[in-house]
Amino acid sequence: MTTFQPVLLEAVGVAGSHTLASYRSRGGYAPLERMLKEKQPTDVIELVKASGLRGRGGAGFPTGLKWTFLPKDHPGPIYLCINADESEPGTFNNRILMEDDPHQVIEGIILSAYATRATTAYLYLRYEYPQSWDRLQGAIDEAYAAGLLGKNIQGSGFSLDLYLHRGAAAYICGEETGLIESLEGKRAWPRIKPPFPAIEGLFRKPTVVNNIETMACVAQIARRGVDWFRSIGVPSDPNNPRDPGSYGPKLYCLSGHVERPGCYEAPLGITARQLIDGQGGGVWKGRKAKAVIPGGISMGLLTEAELDTPLDFAGPGKVGCLGLGTAAVVVIDETVSIVDFLHNSCRFFAHESCGQCTPCREGTAWSLRMLERIRAGKGRLKDLELLAEIGNTMGMMPGSTICGLADGAAWPIKNAIKKFRGEFEDYIKRTNPSGWMVTDPVPALPIVAAH
Amino acid sequence: MPTVIVDGKDIEIGAHERLNCIEVARRAGVEIPHYCWHPGLSVVASCRMCLIETGTRDAATGKITMMPKLVPGCQTPAKDGTVIVTNTALVKDSRARVEEALLIDHPIDCSICDKAGECLLQDYHFEHGQAERRTDLHPFHSRRRDVGPTVTLFVDRCIMCTRCVRFTREVSGTSELMVINRGSKEEISVFPGFPLDNKLSGNVVDLCPVGALGDKDFLYQQRVWFLKRESNVCGGCSAGCSIVTEHNQDTVYRLKPRENPHVNKWWMCDDGRYGWHHLHDPARLLSAGRLVSSNDDRETVEWSDVTTRLRQELSGAGRLAVAVSPMLTLEEAWMLCATARSIDQQAALFVGHVPVSGSDESFPGGFTIRAEKCPNRRGVEAVVALFESEERGWSDLVAAVSAGEFDAAWITAGYPHAWIDDTTAAPFGQLRCLVVQDLFDSPLAKLATWRLPAAGFAERAGTWVNAAHRAQVFAAAVRAPAGVWPEGRLYWNMLGRRGLYDPAAVRRQIAESSSSLAALGGEIPAVGVDLRIDQLASS
Repeated sequence: MTTFQPVLLEAVGVAGSHTLASYRSRGGYAPLERMLKEKQPTDVIELVKASGLRGRGGAGFPTGLKWTFLPKDHPGPIYLCINADESEPGTFNNRILMEDDPHQVIEGIILSAYATRATTAYLYLRYEYPQSWDRLQGAIDEAYAAGLLGKNIQGSGFSLDLYLHRGAAAYICGEETGLIESLEGKRAWPRIKPPFPAIEGLFRKPTVVNNIETMACVAQIARRGVDWFRSIGVPSDPNNPRDPGSYGPKLYCLSGHVERPGCYEAPLGITARQLIDGQGGGVWKGRKAKAVIPGGISMGLLTEAELDTPLDFAGPGKVGCLGLGTAAVVVIDETVSIVDFLHNSCRFFAHESCGQCTPCREGTAWSLRMLERIRAGKGRLKDLELLAEIGNTMGMMPGSTICGLADGAAWPIKNAIKKFRGEFEDYIKRTNPSGWMVTDPVPALPIVAAH
Repeated sequence: MPTVIVDGKDIEIGAHERLNCIEVARRAGVEIPHYCWHPGLSVVASCRMCLIETGTRDAATGKITMMPKLVPGCQTPAKDGTVIVTNTALVKDSRARVEEALLIDHPIDCSICDKAGECLLQDYHFEHGQAERRTDLHPFHSRRRDVGPTVTLFVDRCIMCTRCVRFTREVSGTSELMVINRGSKEEISVFPGFPLDNKLSGNVVDLCPVGALGDKDFLYQQRVWFLKRESNVCGGCSAGCSIVTEHNQDTVYRLKPRENPHVNKWWMCDDGRYGWHHLHDPARLLSAGRLVSSNDDRETVEWSDVTTRLRQELSGAGRLAVAVSPMLTLEEAWMLCATARSIDQQAALFVGHVPVSGSDESFPGGFTIRAEKCPNRRGVEAVVALFESEERGWSDLVAAVSAGEFDAAWITAGYPHAWIDDTTAAPFGQLRCLVVQDLFDSPLAKLATWRLPAAGFAERAGTWVNAAHRAQVFAAAVRAPAGVWPEGRLYWNMLGRRGLYDPAAVRRQIAESSSSLAALGGEIPAVGVDLRIDQLASS
C-alpha cells in the first residue's frame, strides 16, 4: 500500500495545477484527442465497461452499464449531468478534484459525453463551493478557447457544450432525479421511477447522471488503460456472479477525530483501520475510536471491532452498513456520546428530507423529536423500539419512499441502536431515573427549531 | 382478455385499458386507500398510503412470483398476470404506520373541522390506523392562512398530498399554489400578491382529502352528516356539469361536482359552485299575482285558481305568443308548448331569451366554461321544433310584439340574473294579456297581467340538454319555497293531467313523438346520453 502513487490527486499541491497548461504538461487531453480521432463512442463505452468502473457518487452502479441503458439510435438530444452537489456530511473529494485539477474532470466529461452521444452537459455544483465555481468556470473558458469544448472539438465532428449550474444548497439535489428537477428549475423532489433518467430524464430526454470523481476516473482510464485500472482494488467475488468487483483508486475523505484529516487516494479495499492509522496518523490525541462512519453519515456506523472491514463497494454492507457511499470516513472517538451522534444525524436528515413521501418526512422529524427528548433527560426505553421501527421501515429498501434519502436517514438510526444499544439504555436510565420505563405518550417538549 | 389477480380473485380488464392497481382493485371490490392519487391528476406516489404487494403470474405455468418490497398501487400499472395483494400483514402495518406518521403533526381538531365526516384521514384511520398513540403529544394549534377569495387554508391539517398544487398546475393552469419550506415544515402557500383566484378554485377544496382547504362559502355552515345529497345538473351555463346538490331541510348548502367523463370530469367552475345563492334570495317572487289596477297592484291568486283563470284569460285575449325559456327542462318546455297550443291552436312558440356573457373559457385540464349562461337551449330548440316549422328566437318575439302581431304573450324566464331592461320590455305593455314567469321582479314582470314565480335550478326535475347535445336527467333536490309551483307542476295541471307531475311520463311521450329525441325513451344513465348518437343502432 505504501507504494501506491496517487493518480487522481497527482496534481494536488502543484502550483497552478488548475490551469490547462499544467494539465497538458502532465499528459492531459492527449488521450481525449486520441480517442476522438481513433475510437467510436461504443468503443469508449466498452472501455469503461471493461475497466469495471463503478460510480463514485455513492450507489456504486457500474458506469459503463449505466451508459448502455440509453436508448439506441435516439434522435437526441441526450444529456449528461455531472453531479457535484456534494452534500453528504464528511465528503469533500469532488471539491479537491474541482479546485485542484478541474481539467481532469472536464476531460472525463468530454469523453463521457462522446461515449453517450450527449452534446450538452450540465455540471450541477453545490452552492457552498465558490472556489470550485471559479476554478471550473476558468477551466471551461480555457477549454472552449482551446477548442476542447464547443463545436467540432479538435476537428472530430463531435460537439459539446458544458454548462456550470449552481444549486441552492439542498442535500436532496444530489439525488439524481432531484438534481434533474432542480436543473429544470423546479423544486428538487425526486421523481418516481420508472422511467429511469436513461430513458426519460432532463427535459424528458435520455440523461446520464455521473459523479465528478467518476469523470476523473474515466479520464484516467483513457490515459492509463483498462489493465492499469483493474490492477488496483478488489476483484469481483468468484462465488457471487452479481458482484462487479471494486476496481480502481478511490478518494477517501478522512475527517473527525484523526490526527491528519484530509482527502487521501487509496486503492479500493483499504480497511478503515489502515486508512486511519496510516494516512490519518491514528485517532486524535491517541484516543480509541468508538465508531467510524464508513462512507458518509447515511451509511451507518462501524464499531471499533469492525474497523478491519475493507472499504470497497461490498465491504461495509457485510457488517450491516448501507454501503461504501462516498467513502467519507469520519472517526468518532471514545469521548463522544453516541446519543449526540445520532441526534446530530437525525437533525441533518430531518432538515434535509425533501418532504415528499410521508414515511421520510414524518419519520425523520419524529426521530429527531425523540432524540431531542432523550437528550433532555426525558427518554424512555420504549423510544428505542420506536426509533428502531422507524429505521427499519423508512426508505427505498422496504419500499416506503421514492428515493434513497430515507435509507440514508434510517441506517445511522438502525446501526446506532443495534450496535450501541447498551449505551443508549444506560443514557436513558441515567438521565431519566424516574421515567425511563414509562410507555404512555408523553407531552412534547417545546419545539426546538431544526432549521 | 388480460387478467389481473386481486387478493386471489381474477379480474378481467379491457385489452387496451391502462389502469393502475388502485383502479383494478376497485373493480374487484377492494379499496386501496390513497391520498395523493387522483384520476384527474398526475401521479406523484408520495403519500405512500397505497403501498401493496405485487407480483406476476406466469401465463404458462401459473406460478406466482412476488416482488420483495412494497410498491405504490397508484404508480404500478396492472397488466396481464399482475398479482395484487392488499391484505397481508406487511401491507396493513405499512398503512398503519403512514396513518400514524400523518397524525404526528395533525391537530386532531375534528370537532371544529368542516371536513369531519367526509375526511379521508378520519376514515382511513378508523379502517387502517392503530388505536395507540405512540408519538409525543402536542399542544393543539391550528394556523389559518388566507390563500384566496374562495378558499382558506388550515395549515396544520395539511398532509402534503399536493393534489391542490397539481390541480392549479395541470387543470386550471394558473399555478397559484405551491409548496414552501422543506421536510416536516412544508406548507402549502401562495406568493404574496398572487392569491388562489381562478374560476376553478373551489375544486381544490373537493380535492383536499383532509380539512386543510376550507371553502369560505361553506365554512361552518353545516355539519356534513346533516346534508342530503341529490344528483343534479348545474344550471349556470350550457356546459351542464353533473353536480351533487347538498342540502338540508330544503336549504342548499353547497354544490359539488359529480364525476362525469363526458361532461365535466371531476370538476366544476366557481360560477356554478357558488351560483346557488339566488335560490334563497329573499327578493324571489313567491306567489302568483294578478294585476288588479294599472298601478302594479296585485292580488295573490291561489294556484288552483291560477290554472283555470289563466286558461280563461289567455283564450279570450287573441293571438298568443309564447317564449320558451332555455332555463326550463325539456319536459316543462314540451308541456308549456302543449298548454299554449291547447289554449290557442295558432299560438306562436319562440325560444326564450338566451343569456350570453363573454366567450367560452377553456382550461388546460380540458374544462370549458360556456359563454351561454343557460343550461337547456339545445333541448328547448328541439322541443319548439316539434311544434313549429321555423325556429324563432327572443329577438324575433320582441320585434313581432313591437309590430303588434300579438295580443297576448306568455314569457317564461327563470334567470338568476337581471336579464331585461325597460326599453326591451316597453312594447310588451301594449299587450292585452301578458304572463311573465320569473324568479325575480323585472321591468317586464312589472308590466305583467299575471306575474308567476319560477323555480330555481335545484327545484326543477326533468332533462337538460347541454351544449354538446348530452341529455342529463335529474330530480329536484329541494322543494321550491312555499307559494311557488315549479313550472312543471303548473303545466301538468293546466294540461289537466292527474296526480303529481311525473317528468318520466312526459319524457316517454316526447320520445315517442320525435325521432330526434327518441333516445330519451330508454333508461338514461347517470352520465346522461348523447342525443346525436342513434341509440338503436347496433354498436
